[in-house]
Amino acid sequence: MNVTYKVGAFESNKNKPEGWNRPPVITPDGEGELLEVAMGPHHPSTHGVFRMDVALDGERVIRLKPVFGYLHRNHEKIAEGISYLGSMPFTDRLDYLCPLTNNWAYALAVEKLTGQEVPERAEYLRVIVGELTRVQNHASSIGFLIQEMGASGTPLMYAFREREKILDLFEELTGARMMCNYMRFGGCRVDASPAWLDATRKVVAGLPGFADEFERLLRTNEILMARTQGVGILRPELAVNAGVTGPMLRASGVNYDIRKVDGYGIYNRFNFRVPLGDHWDVYDRFMVRLLEMRESIKILEQALKDIPIGPVMDPKAKIRGFRPKPGEAYGRIESPKGELGFYLISDGGPNPYRYRVRPPSLINLTVLEDMAIGHNVADVVLIFGSVDIILGEVDR
Amino acid sequence: MLGEGILKGLAETARNFVGSFVSAERLTTVQYPEQRIAPIEATRDFPFLVYDGGNWAAGLRCVACQICEKECPPKCIYIEKSKDKKPDALGKPQFYPARFDIDISVCMSCQICVEVCPFEAIKMDTEFELSTTDRFGGLLYDRKQLARSNEHYHKIHPTEAAEVDARLAKARAAAKAPVPAKTAAPAANAAGNLTAGPTVEPAGGGD
Repeated sequence: MNVTYKVGAFESNKNKPEGWNRPPVITPDGEGELLEVAMGPHHPSTHGVFRMDVALDGERVIRLKPVFGYLHRNHEKIAEGISYLGSMPFTDRLDYLCPLTNNWAYALAVEKLTGQEVPERAEYLRVIVGELTRVQNHASSIGFLIQEMGASGTPLMYAFREREKILDLFEELTGARMMCNYMRFGGCRVDASPAWLDATRKVVAGLPGFADEFERLLRTNEILMARTQGVGILRPELAVNAGVTGPMLRASGVNYDIRKVDGYGIYNRFNFRVPLGDHWDVYDRFMVRLLEMRESIKILEQALKDIPIGPVMDPKAKIRGFRPKPGEAYGRIESPKGELGFYLISDGGPNPYRYRVRPPSLINLTVLEDMAIGHNVADVVLIFGSVDIILGEVDR
Repeated sequence: MLGEGILKGLAETARNFVGSFVSAERLTTVQYPEQRIAPIEATRDFPFLVYDGGNWAAGLRCVACQICEKECPPKCIYIEKSKDKKPDALGKPQFYPARFDIDISVCMSCQICVEVCPFEAIKMDTEFELSTTDRFGGLLYDRKQLARSNEHYHKIHPTEAAEVDARLAKARAAAKAPVPAKTAAPAANAAGNLTAGPTVEPAGGGD
């Protein structure tokens, strides 16, 4: 269903106020025609139902309009109608690759609202499951990125082999591989058994080997380098202005990691570094994720060494039937994709008056056009893959 | 040298290819219907109702308090409270669910019904092969289809079930303790109910 337009016909922003759009980076030369291509919502590169309306001059991208909303599930409004506890399993379904970090961000927001304390052991367990989530998310996101370059299979299967071990750990602890529903306001739902911790230590001991293998497989691959270096450059100023967070922002050279700047939970106890990008391109995003996996493994080793004995739930905590005092709270964490925040307003009732998710995927996606303009269609797929989005979180 | 990185990557692939022949733990897939992986104890799937003793209708622990119905996030539980009361495990007269339906096509296995239940009456099953050709009635389970014995619960979640039994035994002991101070007769009555339980089939059972 491709439609051809005359040059200029695509300029739909003629009547927009001054300064609405930045000057075009590349103007179509000569008398050529622009071709509008709808990539998606069932395009193999789109990770789900997402559409890009791309205007092409030959192979080059002139305009790119992301179209969201195919997976809208009314999450925020549903959450305003049910109890605080009832929203917890729905948060699993935002970013379904990392349910545990979603749980954590929501639990953090409600704990801020009610002033709930979290026991030490629960904080450690949260860090352990959160970092395991980060490792498996980064591994599979790299796998997907390489798959979009055409290497369909090998790196993704290697990533999934490792992800499988981590998901087995999640199932053993929480009862579900992906829809974990594990954290509660004031702790975690169940305690980890010593056997689980031993199994986790064993998996974590194998992770550096996996990271080495992944690096040997991909880092110096000439095809990967040729395809990704210098492609999809995101300037740090634009990244900061657009509110981009997570590995995307750090690959643009901005040192901003909420684990460091906010120190939520107990992250200030761990020794880890924040990898930053130098060239701001797709390759840097790939490398930043690879290095972050290694830093996560370091955090995991420390947390598994120091984890204390104790309760995992505050005995005074109420998980259901509580009414927070009127007020508002914003809980944010560094999810594998960026800053995941939950903004809650309470009017003293049993359910939130306002519930808002700040999804990293959606906000990181807003700079897609700026990164893609001037590149080939094939590179658009790659740039899109390097953003690392999950449509469940974009549309909610 | 150009192409060195690709060769390195190919060497890694070759190592994995050969490795899967020499090391059994590298084989990560199983041939599903014939072969099955060992069940993980914490696995949860869809809820079931626990009953004590041999008769499911008499032994259901559920007292139709409707907390799970209220807390269920996707609202897939439907309960009708009974008009009459019957004695529960402690010998106290309690309501029972005249109707307890779960639409498992809506259920999202979140376990919140289990968590909020004060009577340890609803637990999570591990059975996952539930496909049916009936789109409408086939996935709407009534209380007869949902009822599972406590032994079944012990079989699928041994650790958790042992904890639950210990908790219930403690509650029974606490309930029984003050009774002998007053009179011995009701205590014996309560104990009788605890072991045998009434065998009366409640109205509307098994619909």
